[in-house]
Amino acid sequence: MATYVAKPVAPSEDKRWKLVDAAMRRTGQQSRGLIETLHAVQEAFGYLDEDSLRYVAMSLRVPLSQAYGVATFYHYFTLRPSFAHACTICTGTSCHIKGSAALLTTAKRVLGLESSKVTPTGSISLLSERCIGPCALGPVVVYDGQIAAAENARELADHLRSWIAE
Amino acid sequence: MTAEKLAQIAKGEQETQSRLTDVVNVCVASGCLASKSDSVKQALESELADRGLSGRCQVKGVGCLGLCAKGPLVSTRSGAIYKKVNIGDAREIVDHLGREPVARLLLPTDVPFFEKQTKIVLENSGIVDPERIEDYVAADGYSALSHVLQQMTPSQVIQEITKSGLRGRGGAGYPTGLKWSTVAKSVGTQKYVICNADEGDPGAFMDRSVLESDPHRVIEGMIIGAFAVGASEGYIYIRAEYPLATRRLRVAIAQAEQLGLLGAHIGGTPFTFRIQIRVGAGAYVCGEETALIASIEGKRGTPRPRPPYPAMEGLLGQPTLINNVETYANIPPIIRHGGAWYAGIGTETSKGTKVFSLTGQIRNTGVVEVPMGVSLREMVFEIGGGIPEGRQFKAVQTGGPSGGCIPAEFLDTPVDYESLAKLGSIMGSGGMVFMDESSCMVDVAKYFMDFCMTESCGKCIPCRVGTYQMHRILTAITNMTATSADLKMLEELCDLLKHTSLCGLGQSAPNPVVSTLRSFAAEYKAHIEEHKCPAGVCSKTMGVSA
Repeated sequence: MATYVAKPVAPSEDKRWKLVDAAMRRTGQQSRGLIETLHAVQEAFGYLDEDSLRYVAMSLRVPLSQAYGVATFYHYFTLRPSFAHACTICTGTSCHIKGSAALLTTAKRVLGLESSKVTPTGSISLLSERCIGPCALGPVVVYDGQIAAAENARELADHLRSWIAE
Repeated sequence: MTAEKLAQIAKGEQETQSRLTDVVNVCVASGCLASKSDSVKQALESELADRGLSGRCQVKGVGCLGLCAKGPLVSTRSGAIYKKVNIGDAREIVDHLGREPVARLLLPTDVPFFEKQTKIVLENSGIVDPERIEDYVAADGYSALSHVLQQMTPSQVIQEITKSGLRGRGGAGYPTGLKWSTVAKSVGTQKYVICNADEGDPGAFMDRSVLESDPHRVIEGMIIGAFAVGASEGYIYIRAEYPLATRRLRVAIAQAEQLGLLGAHIGGTPFTFRIQIRVGAGAYVCGEETALIASIEGKRGTPRPRPPYPAMEGLLGQPTLINNVETYANIPPIIRHGGAWYAGIGTETSKGTKVFSLTGQIRNTGVVEVPMGVSLREMVFEIGGGIPEGRQFKAVQTGGPSGGCIPAEFLDTPVDYESLAKLGSIMGSGGMVFMDESSCMVDVAKYFMDFCMTESCGKCIPCRVGTYQMHRILTAITNMTATSADLKMLEELCDLLKHTSLCGLGQSAPNPVVSTLRSFAAEYKAHIEEHKCPAGVCSKTMGVSA
């Protein structure tokens, strides 16, 4: 028997929820729009928090466990706020062959990171990604969304130090 | 949209272009954009504007010109290609328009890299503006669709594709005509067409190049596919790592809708078809068709056992046609020139051409399209230009994490589905990573195992636990702490994963290990018995996290 479920109320007055609502409407307010909706949330807010997951799950009528499962299954979704700067080192096959492992080691050393992906102050994040595509230019490093080709350890260290100095 | 209207657009566009005294094409695909080709384009535009030539000479953003290593690439109507162009070169290039080209920047085109290629999928790459449908139409675009709608029945289309001998370009090589006819015969209230643009193999970027250079070709192929199988809804599943390709696809879909090439009553017929884009969220396993379908349904991308195949029960339980980007891109030329024409290219069992991305230790990194059956030796030493810095060729890795490493003694093998499979590798989607003697093959095997371990979805135990165990042993070998018992266990695990995993990811995860064990057994032995790495890559101090 169909039961009437009131439309959940957005977690806050923030206008950005309208964007999220629009994304849900585009996919017909159906559970299969879950990933599209989470993309919309992350685009609007930078990350997915518990409130947003609850709101999306209730709106699309999927179990919260499924929404959380999807949010954690895919690498692209993040459950924590973004950082002032993000450095991504490509570790795809081609970049690996051309020495991206050494770049990663350098980046960890400069940022003082062991395994954690965020600097102690929480301002710079270091990620590695398996192949971002411009393989001919490797090893490739992405600084805040800007692709830099054929990086060497010194260029990388200089760039990261300039961020630290800010 | 009628055939006359299309012809009118094509004619108008051709006339506009013939009025121009010259055209300067600037590559605006990801490779060249990363080396700032957009500012080169602006510089050329302002140089022409300063001289009052804007109306007579056009600066056009085009797709990939192929030799990404030498980017930014610029070409002119005379056929000259300029390499490594920077802003300061704009003046000189404009100076030399209509005269002899700038010798200093010229990229020779009478070399095997260009001469050995046969361009079918890439025929428009580097020529048409990927963001203007008129340019595609002027290059014979959508004429195949128009022909199909007016003069062919769905079964005739399928016959033509079957006759062409086209096989799936995603890697497995399933006959496309057979797949289409299975979907056409399946019964369902609604059928779907899906384009798999989740190009996840590291080192492979052919599909990105096609989508960024000529998105309309893929859309046209999908519409023809939908007509042939009787589908009315389509999805393009593209990975989130390709924002430029996604944007160009969105532009292309909107343009096709505006011209009535997508939507209701296409070409004045009852045929209706719409395409939506679904952006992936970073999961390699979603390249597997059942996982991809789960992801479109908004779920975790985990595969399920087949059968039932998606052709019978796919998206939302309905019959679904799912093909790769390059497969769809081959459809319009097959319809235009006929299946027999396509079948005349390539080898006995592998017809047509294949697009490859060449990367790693090779001079000519970039995207190439060659007829099936060229030898690996031609790929390395002629098209690829050989190994840089006078080093020795050691191996070529094909097929990504599911493929294998092919050593120098098999360089005369022709590149086709069967020959590569015989060597323990696969054609795969078309990534070729070249390695010289500075690469350690155990390290390469470990790299791919690390990839499969991280990307395993965790649904079936052989893959989830097996890849972890194999990675552990490979790490021990590269740390010089493994024993010969470990090696034996590694071999057993290869066999176990291959035969008991649920999907292609787990079944093929051992391939890099199996192929390197077969061809480079001495390197494994050196690590285990002599505690040394012949290539000098691994050392005891590298640690587990390396």
